[in-house]
Amino acid sequence: MTDIRYLAPPTLDEAVRAFAAAQGAARILAGGTDLLVQMRNGMVHPGTIIDIKKIPEMTSITEAADGSFWVGAAVSGAVLAEHPRFGKVWPGVLEAINLIGSTQVQGRASAGGNLCHGSPAADSVPAMVAAGAVLTIAGPNGRRTMPVEAFPVGPGRTSLAAGEILVGFTLPARPAGSGDAYLRMIPRTEMDIAVVGVGVSLTMAGGVVTAARVGLGAAAPTVLLVADAAKVLVGSKLDDAALNAAAAACSAACKPIDDKRGTIVYRTKVAAVLLKRAAAIAADRAQGRA
Amino acid sequence: MNAIDNKWIGKRTIRPDGADKVTGRAGYSADHNMPGQIWGRVLRSPHPHAVIRGIDTSKAEALPGVKAVVTAKDIVDFPLDKSVMLGIQDMRWMCRNVMAREKALFHGHPVAAVAAISEEVAEAACKLIEVDYEVLPHVIEIEDAIKPDAPILHDFVRHEGKPSNIATTMVNKLGDVEAGFAQADLIIERSFKTRPVHQGYIEPHACTVSYAADGRVTIWSSSQGQFMVRAMTSLLTGIPQSNIRAIPAEIGGGFGAKTIIYLEPVAVLLAKKSGRPVKMVMSRDEVFRATGPTSGSMSTVKIGVKNDGTIVAAQGTFYLQAGGLPGSPLRGPVGCSFSPYHIENVLSVGYDVVSNRSKVAAYRAPGAPLGAYATECVLDEIAEKLGMDKLELRLKNTAKPGGKTVYGATFGAITFKETVEAIKYHPHYTAPLDKNPSKGVVRGRGVASGFWFNAGGESSAQLNITEDGNVNVTTGHPDVGGSRASIANVTAELLGIDHSRISVLIGDTSSIGFSNLTGGSRVTFASAMVVTQSAEKVIGQLKERAAKIWKIDPEAVIWDNGEARPAGPNAGQFPPLTLKDLAAKANEMGGPIGAGVQLNTTGADPGFATHCVDVEVDVDLGIVRVLRYTAAQDVGRALHPDYVEGQIQGGVVQGIGWALSEEYLYNAKGQLDNASFLDYRMPVCSDVPMIEPIMLEIPNPKHPQGVRGVGEAPIVPPLAAIANAIHDALGKRFYSLPMSPPKVLAVIDG
Ligand SMILES: Cc1cc2nc3c(=O)[nH]c(=O)nc-3n(C[C@H](O)[C@H](O)[C@H](O)COP(=O)(O)OP(=O)(O)OC[C@H]3O[C@@H](n4cnc5c(N)ncnc54)[C@H](O)[C@@H]3O)c2cc1C
Repeated sequence: MTDIRYLAPPTLDEAVRAFAAAQGAARILAGGTDLLVQMRNGMVHPGTIIDIKKIPEMTSITEAADGSFWVGAAVSGAVLAEHPRFGKVWPGVLEAINLIGSTQVQGRASAGGNLCHGSPAADSVPAMVAAGAVLTIAGPNGRRTMPVEAFPVGPGRTSLAAGEILVGFTLPARPAGSGDAYLRMIPRTEMDIAVVGVGVSLTMAGGVVTAARVGLGAAAPTVLLVADAAKVLVGSKLDDAALNAAAAACSAACKPIDDKRGTIVYRTKVAAVLLKRAAAIAADRAQGRA
Repeated sequence: MNAIDNKWIGKRTIRPDGADKVTGRAGYSADHNMPGQIWGRVLRSPHPHAVIRGIDTSKAEALPGVKAVVTAKDIVDFPLDKSVMLGIQDMRWMCRNVMAREKALFHGHPVAAVAAISEEVAEAACKLIEVDYEVLPHVIEIEDAIKPDAPILHDFVRHEGKPSNIATTMVNKLGDVEAGFAQADLIIERSFKTRPVHQGYIEPHACTVSYAADGRVTIWSSSQGQFMVRAMTSLLTGIPQSNIRAIPAEIGGGFGAKTIIYLEPVAVLLAKKSGRPVKMVMSRDEVFRATGPTSGSMSTVKIGVKNDGTIVAAQGTFYLQAGGLPGSPLRGPVGCSFSPYHIENVLSVGYDVVSNRSKVAAYRAPGAPLGAYATECVLDEIAEKLGMDKLELRLKNTAKPGGKTVYGATFGAITFKETVEAIKYHPHYTAPLDKNPSKGVVRGRGVASGFWFNAGGESSAQLNITEDGNVNVTTGHPDVGGSRASIANVTAELLGIDHSRISVLIGDTSSIGFSNLTGGSRVTFASAMVVTQSAEKVIGQLKERAAKIWKIDPEAVIWDNGEARPAGPNAGQFPPLTLKDLAAKANEMGGPIGAGVQLNTTGADPGFATHCVDVEVDVDLGIVRVLRYTAAQDVGRALHPDYVEGQIQGGVVQGIGWALSEEYLYNAKGQLDNASFLDYRMPVCSDVPMIEPIMLEIPNPKHPQGVRGVGEAPIVPPLAAIANAIHDALGKRFYSLPMSPPKVLAVIDG
């Protein structure tokens, strides 16, 4: 059996240094609910595992004075659910993260791991895209930020450069009258992988949408920001015409594949249905009805 | 014995295996370890269909840490021209399934096995084995396999004189169907498809094997029959049965698929070659790829009725996937599909079709669900066309006592009508259903019935009184569905002692007499019979002992409520002697007390079931959810009701999975594409409602407690019941399973 080195550095700097020193032979461990599965399948054989759960910055949730939120990359779904404020401000992001796996998985799984794993079907990502989350990334060359939708580049591939670690998510301050929602289609009721997932974030005033963002998952090689769908929602009262147009834009954005989890035809139709349903929930939340 | 005031029979006593299972103490097959043990791994074919021209194992053998390598050469060959049967298994196919011989017949077919000091070394050694394959075109689906130009799997298979993938044909006939259809006012004929589904047991196949210096073999494994493990291992290794001891572990589910073996003979040969104990454990991927499933099918059912609903003729044609080697469960659909009904003219034909998939294994009422699916959907359509209540149609045609079945048996008492009536008058069936509760949501209700043969067969029991006056009962069948709990109840009732004084054990092949498989819904039926007879013998002994002590005639002693008593005032005045009293005096009064019985049991009457289900369809997403499910079944006598209910509920859940979400998916390369519980979608808890079982206790007159097999009938009706409910909801009929969201949405969108 090959030996694996396990490191649990207490600071981000040490983690970055150790990660760089391993020269590609190391893997970051957050909750491990993807990594350990991959190791058991023989898909990855890391020589070193760097556990980031001892790094305070990566396991903390903070609400800034301006109302923006910091969510460390390694915060587990269960911990996020217990935060007194986060779920009130970002119910859609929280429900997306809490959909991951089961109670047991929730005790470990993180939004950072969900994103870095690179699956187009990752549940939290469309909700983060809709939320307009911005990522902080640290590496041997220092820190940088990027919008979450720019992060995935293909199935299992991300824009992390060699030696870079995702530190966490910044969710922008929330204007009054905002609400978000995430819905996924799975054949079962739980313990399944999204056939399509849609996240919608809305800000409304007097029944009119003033800002909107739509994230679409499992319908293309990466999670997508569907700007065309958001565009037709803004200025509307979410009437049938606007919803149908946004749904059509969602379907048009789909570039899915036929696979064991769903057909092209099915995914394309479902993207439209979920857009309408998620928008309705987000609108209810934005207007304090739910 | 069937009295309602029984003290133990029919009570929900604490299960004998419960504490061990909830505390993690129960020993399953992968839990046994031996000093000096090494690990076996299997090399599997990467091709769905290839001639094996040669295997070079030299590099693997040279790898440090490798202790033994086995290929088909090491396994006893059963030549193709001569069938050798073990039960319903043909050893020609078993030997080729355990290790590919002339050809690799499916992706994942074992080709060689290695034993090494660790799983990693064994795995690495497998990669060093060089197999010279001549890759052949493959065929997966039935419709492709029966085409005239299909790749032929086996040269020795002939159908109508020509090379073919149809390995066997089974024809069951009653009356004259042509004449029958000629009298019909309405004939409906429809074709259906079902997909192969896996038994989905949680425990993967595993075994630990020791081959001692004197040639004696011990096998620890979980199976549905330790005697089957012994017999098959003996046949495939050439080691006599007397030198093999098969010890049954707790079993984490089998549902039929553990009535055959995969690993044990390979592990024995590796242990023999290496001189070390060998352990083998399959991964989930291997379980999906190379064990089970049950057959997918293509069937056509034609039923003719009079305007009053009388069925005058029925015809069924069932093509079943066998996998790479012959042997699909034709008897299921051919024999069961029409058997709930009295029909004068029946023609039922089954075809066993080989293709490049893993060899099928038994699965709960093997083959019957896919046959009932076709028949019960056609009946639903007939009732609709006739404008008749669906249950009335069934009641009008129920099989009759003394009626002849298409499979040859003549019915005794029939309990089918009771199951239909139980549903007909149940508040579920009579409750109104809101068919359109909200926009985009529709609901429907469906019913269907089912039949299963049930079985008796060989069983052995030994009942011993311990020196301190308690009881050990040993039987020879692995306890899959609660047989230990039922046996404890029966023993307590017969001996009139507290349930907690009885331990029930499953013997190994050297400690108890031959007992046939745990399968065919036979174990509680058969083991309660041999345990009853053993208890009666023991009670006879106890009465003799008391008579001896009292110096009276044994006939003058009765056994009542756990004590020997004088039969009446004439017998004399003696204080009663308890089991403990008699055990304490056992030696002075003639020796140990105990008795065993070995029988080929008979009298297992068939099982009938009728189910009712409500479903809800999300018309925009095509998702079908089961809202309410009620299952009526004649259970004979529920010795332990929890287990009977569990059998009914479990069968229904598996049927729901089969109907809605489970299927084997192959890619264009002939590889199974969904070999995991993520993508092989069995229902999870939240997918199913609480299933309400209706246990109809109509005692089987041929059994001492009235027991009837209950484990299989409940998986027979759900496929059609759900299809019929979806039709009721949508007004559209589905002719293929699973009725998964993409398929349902495609039909809704027309
Ligand atoms: C039973 C089960 C059910 C599941 N159900 C779902 C589901 O419903 N929906 C869903 O989307 N997913 C599901 N998953 C997948 C998985 O749980 C999620 O993707 C989860 O969010 C991963 O988070 P983690 O913290 O466990 O990641 P890890 O496994 O620790 O990491 C995932 C990957 O990201 C890398 N990584 C982690 N953190 C960082 C970082 N900060 N910087 C750089 N790289 C990093 C790791 O090296 C690894 O390659 C399921 C998994 C299991 C086992």
